[in-house]
Amino acid sequence: MGWGDLLGRWPVWRQLTGADRTGRGAAARSAATDRLRPRTADADRVVKSICPYCAVGCGQNVYVRDGKVVQIEGDPDSPISRGRLCPKGSATLQLTTGPARETRVLYRRPHGTEWERLDLDTAMDMIADRVIKARRDGWQWTDDEGRRVRRTLGFASLGGATLDNEENYLIKKLFTALGAIQIENQARI
Amino acid sequence: MAECHPVGFQWVMEAKARGATVIHVDPRFTRTSAMADLHVPLRAGSDIAFLGGLIRHVLENEKYFREYVLAYTNAATIVSEEFRDTEDLDGVFSGLDPRRRAYDFSSWRYEDAEVSAPSGLQEMRPEERDRVRGAARGEKHGSGGAEVSAGPMRIRTDETLRHPRCVFQILRRHFARYTPETVERICGIPQETFAKVCELITENSGRERTTAFVYSVGWTQHTVGVQYIRTAAILQTLLGNIGRPGGGILALRGHASIQGSTDIPTLFNLLPGYLPMPHADRGRDLEEYLRAETVRKGHWGNMRSYLVSLLKAWWGEAANADNDFCFDHLPRLTGDHGTYRTVLAQLDGVCKGYFLLGENPAVGSANARLQRLGMAKLDWLVVRDFSLIESATWWKDGPEIETGELRTEDIGTEVFFLPAAAHTEKSGSFTNTQRLLQWHRQAVEPAGDARSDLWFAFELGRRIRAKLADPAYRERHGLDDVEMDRPVLELTWDYPTEGRHGEPDAEAVLAEINGRDAAGRPLSSYLELRPDGSTSCGCWIYCGVYADGVNQADRRRPGSEQDWVAAEWGWAWPMNRRILYNRASADPAGRPWSERKAYLRWDESRRRWVGPDVPDFDPATPPDHEPPPDATGPEALSGTDAFIMQADGKAWLYAPSGLVDGPLPAHYEPQESPFANPLYGQRRNPVRSLPPPGREHFQPSDGERGAQVFPYVATTYRLTEHHTAGGMSRWLPRLSELQPEFFCEVSPELARERGLEHLGWATVITARSAIEARVLVTERMKPLRVQGRWLHQIGLPYHWGPNGLTTGDAANELAHIALDPNVHIQEVKALACDIRPGRRPRGRALRELVEEYRRRAGIDEQTGRQM
Ligand code: SF4
Repeated sequence: MGWGDLLGRWPVWRQLTGADRTGRGAAARSAATDRLRPRTADADRVVKSICPYCAVGCGQNVYVRDGKVVQIEGDPDSPISRGRLCPKGSATLQLTTGPARETRVLYRRPHGTEWERLDLDTAMDMIADRVIKARRDGWQWTDDEGRRVRRTLGFASLGGATLDNEENYLIKKLFTALGAIQIENQARI
Repeated sequence: MAECHPVGFQWVMEAKARGATVIHVDPRFTRTSAMADLHVPLRAGSDIAFLGGLIRHVLENEKYFREYVLAYTNAATIVSEEFRDTEDLDGVFSGLDPRRRAYDFSSWRYEDAEVSAPSGLQEMRPEERDRVRGAARGEKHGSGGAEVSAGPMRIRTDETLRHPRCVFQILRRHFARYTPETVERICGIPQETFAKVCELITENSGRERTTAFVYSVGWTQHTVGVQYIRTAAILQTLLGNIGRPGGGILALRGHASIQGSTDIPTLFNLLPGYLPMPHADRGRDLEEYLRAETVRKGHWGNMRSYLVSLLKAWWGEAANADNDFCFDHLPRLTGDHGTYRTVLAQLDGVCKGYFLLGENPAVGSANARLQRLGMAKLDWLVVRDFSLIESATWWKDGPEIETGELRTEDIGTEVFFLPAAAHTEKSGSFTNTQRLLQWHRQAVEPAGDARSDLWFAFELGRRIRAKLADPAYRERHGLDDVEMDRPVLELTWDYPTEGRHGEPDAEAVLAEINGRDAAGRPLSSYLELRPDGSTSCGCWIYCGVYADGVNQADRRRPGSEQDWVAAEWGWAWPMNRRILYNRASADPAGRPWSERKAYLRWDESRRRWVGPDVPDFDPATPPDHEPPPDATGPEALSGTDAFIMQADGKAWLYAPSGLVDGPLPAHYEPQESPFANPLYGQRRNPVRSLPPPGREHFQPSDGERGAQVFPYVATTYRLTEHHTAGGMSRWLPRLSELQPEFFCEVSPELARERGLEHLGWATVITARSAIEARVLVTERMKPLRVQGRWLHQIGLPYHWGPNGLTTGDAANELAHIALDPNVHIQEVKALACDIRPGRRPRGRALRELVEEYRRRAGIDEQTGRQM
C-alpha cells in the first residue's frame, strides 16, 4: 500500500480535500463503519404497525427474526409521522420485549399475603363464575322507584383507551348484554 | 404539544417554517414555549376569562368574519324572552333551582321553537330531568344531537344582527365585561401581552387566513371544562375558522385509541356511535327512546336506523320488529354511573367485582387513595396489564399499608392478574386523535399466558354463556331467572379464531362493526343503514371502514405518493372525511372563501362538489338546494346548512340546549381557589358535580376562613418521556433513565418564600393527602400578578407511583373529585395547595399531617360545598 493510499484513508485529509468539510459524513467513514449493519437487515419480515402510546398514531415498522421482534422503528411511509418516533415510541421494543413483561397469571386469594400461580384456564373459569355471581347479586329489574332498569350494579370495568377498537367493541357488547352499566375508560379522566 | 405529542408537533414546526406564528398559552414554560413566537403564561383555571377576552375583542372591534357568521352560525337567531344571562343574575343563568342545584333550561330556547332540547325533557318532572342530566347526556349532544324544535323549523332570525335578543347581541352583552383589565386581573396576563395575542389571532383569521387552536386535558380537567371548549368554539366560529383548512379546534388525545374507545365507547353513558344509553325515564321502549333522542333535521334524524342496525349486530336473529329489535335487552341508566361514582359504589359495598383493562386508577385517577380504599372493599378484582402496576399490588404494598389504614390480612379482595398481549402480538385498529383508524398487524404470538383483550372478552363471554346454558350449572347455583340471562344467551357471539392461542379474528369483528346488508354484504356508508332491521352495524359512524370487504384502516399508500390530505392512508370516520363541516370552506354560493384557503368548491359544469376531501353531504347537492318543507333527517338540510349534525344546520354561538351548566360560558373559579371571582357574585360553577358528603374533604377558597392555609395553585401534567399513570413507561429502563424521578417545578421566588432547595425535597399538601417530590427550581415557572397579589404555581407530573423502575408519590393523591357536570371529569388542572421543604412523614404521621392541615383550615363536611 502506497503513501497516497494511506493518506487517502486519513479522515483529516479527506475532510480537508473532499466535499465533507464538516467531517460529519463521508470523511469520517472507516472500514469499521462499512462493516456495520443495521439491526433490521437480518429481519425475516417487516410488519406494519402503529405506536401504542399517544393518539398522534405514528407509523411503526416491526422487524421480526426467527419468530421474535428484534427492532421497532418509525415507518417513513406514514403521512402522519414520516418515519419519526418520540422517546416513548422509540422505546416500544423495550415495552414489548423487555423483562418487565409478566407472562404468567398471578392470583391473590382473599386475605392472602403473597401472589400464587394459577393456570390461565382455571383463572378464566373462576372469573366467569365470579361474574355470574356478582352480576346476579347486584341485579335490579327495577330501581327503588319501580322503573324498569334491567341491569346489574354488581361489577364494573375500567379501561379501553390503550386497547383496539375491536377489543372495546367486544367488551362493551358483552358487558352490556350482561346488564353492566359501570363500564368506563380513560376518556373520563 | 412538543412535550406530549412530539411527532405531531413537527407539523407546527413545518407551518412555522412557512411563516405561521405560534402562540403557546400555558402556566408553564415548556418545549412548546421554547419553539413558540410568544409564550403566554396564565393562571391555571382562568382560560374562560382569557378566551372570553378574545371574544370581546373580536366583537367590539368588528373583527369577526361577517359573511361566514351570517351564513353558517346562529348569530341571527332570536332567543326566548324568558332567557336571563349571567349579566342579569350575577353569575347564574335563568332556570337555576338552588335546591336541586340544577338548571331547568327551558328558558334558554330559541324564540318560537316549540320545544327546546333535548326534546322529551320538557315533558318531564324536574326530578326526572335531573336524573337524565346526571347521565352525561352532554356527550351525545356534544356530537350535535340536541333538538331545537319539535315541529318544522319556525325559528325567528334578524339578519341585521341588531335585535336585542338575537344571539349576536346576547354575546356582545355577555362578554362585555371580559375586558383586557379583567383578563389581567383574573389570568395574570399583562395587558400588552394580551393585546398582542388579540392582534395576532385576528390578523390571521378571515377570508385569506385561518387560525387553529390545539388543546388537551389542560382545558378539560376542570369543574367547568366543557365550557372551556365552548368558549374556543365561539371564538373560532366568529372568526370563520371552522371547517376550513388550517382552522379548527383540535383535541390532542393521550392514548393510542382513546378516540376509538369514545367512539366505540367503553363509557357508561353511550352506545357505539354516540347513541345515548337508554335512560329509565325516557327509554322504556324503542319508540319512547327514539322520541326522546331523535332530532328532526340533520344526520341525527336517522337515529332509528343507527340503533336498529346496532341491535341487529348484537342480537342478530333474535332481534326483530315484533320485539322492538331486543331494545329491552339493554340496561337502563338512572343517573351518573361514571368511574368516580363507581368508586363510591365500591365503598358502599354495591359494586363487588372490578375489571381493570390497561388502566391504573391507583395512580391515575383523582384522589387515588379513595380508589384504593374502594378496591379494598371488592370481592374480586381482575387486572389485565403488562406489569404489576399499583392497581394490582395495593393490597400488599400500597400507601395505606404503610400508613396502617389497611392490613393485608384484613383485605378480602381476591385479585387475578392476567398478562396482556402487546400491540405487536395482535391485530386490530387504533383511532388516533384526528379520527383516523389505523390497523396494526400482528408480528408475533404473545408469550406464556399473555393474551389480547379480544381473546379475553371473547373467551369470558364464551364461558359465561356455556355455564348459563348448562341446566346442571343453573341448578347448582340456583339460577332460576331465565329472562335475566336472555340478552347474553341470545347475543351474537361467534367469531372465527386463528393462531396458536385461538385468538378471535379481529378483522371479523371489524366487519361486524362496519355492518352488513340483508345479504350479508359489507356496507360502504352509514347512509345505507335501514330502520327495518334489514341492515346490521356495530357502530354507525364507522360504517364504511370495511367497504367492499376491504380493511380500509389497513390502507398504507405512502404519504409521499399522495396529496397533502393523504386520503388513502387509513380511514377516517365518518366516510373517510378528513375535515369535518368542510361545506363551510366555501361561501354560500359554493366558491372557496379565497383561493389561498380553497378546499371544496361547487363545480357547476359537473354539477358536483370537488376537492381533495369527501364532502360533508351528497356531493351532488347544489349550494342553492332548498329541501321540501316536509323533509326530515339529512334530506331536510339546505345547501348552506354546513353544520350537518345540528338540528338547525348552524354552528352554535349560543347553545340553546345540550349543556347542563349554561348556554354560554362564564368564568367560574375552580372548586378550590386562592382567589375570588371578580366577575360575578357566583364564585364557582353552581351545578358542578360533588360527591355526597362524608367521602371527601374540600378546602375553603379565597374569602372563606382558612383559605390562606392553601395559598398556591398546583397543576398536573405529563412529560415527553413517560406515559399517563406510568404502566407503559416506568418499567422501561430507557424511559426511566430519561426521567428518573418525580419532581415538582417551582419558581425561584417560591423557593425563596418557602425555603425550598433545588434537588432537595418538598412536601405538597391538600385536604386529601400529602406527597413528596424532588424540587426543581426553575424560571420556567413564572409568578403571576393576580388581583393585586403574587401567585406562585407548582407543576406536578402525574406519572409516578410506588412500583416500577422509577418510583415516587402519585400527584393524584392530592386531587379531589368535584367534577364537570356535563361529562363528570375531575379538576386536576387547578388545585389549591401548600408546599413546604423536606420529605413527607411516614406511617400514621402522614395522615396526622393531613388532619392537622384540615384543622388549621377549619375544614368540615360542609366546606367547599356551597353552591
Ligand atoms: S411516537 Fe410519540 S408522538 Fe408518535 S404516537 Fe408514539 S408516543 Fe405519540
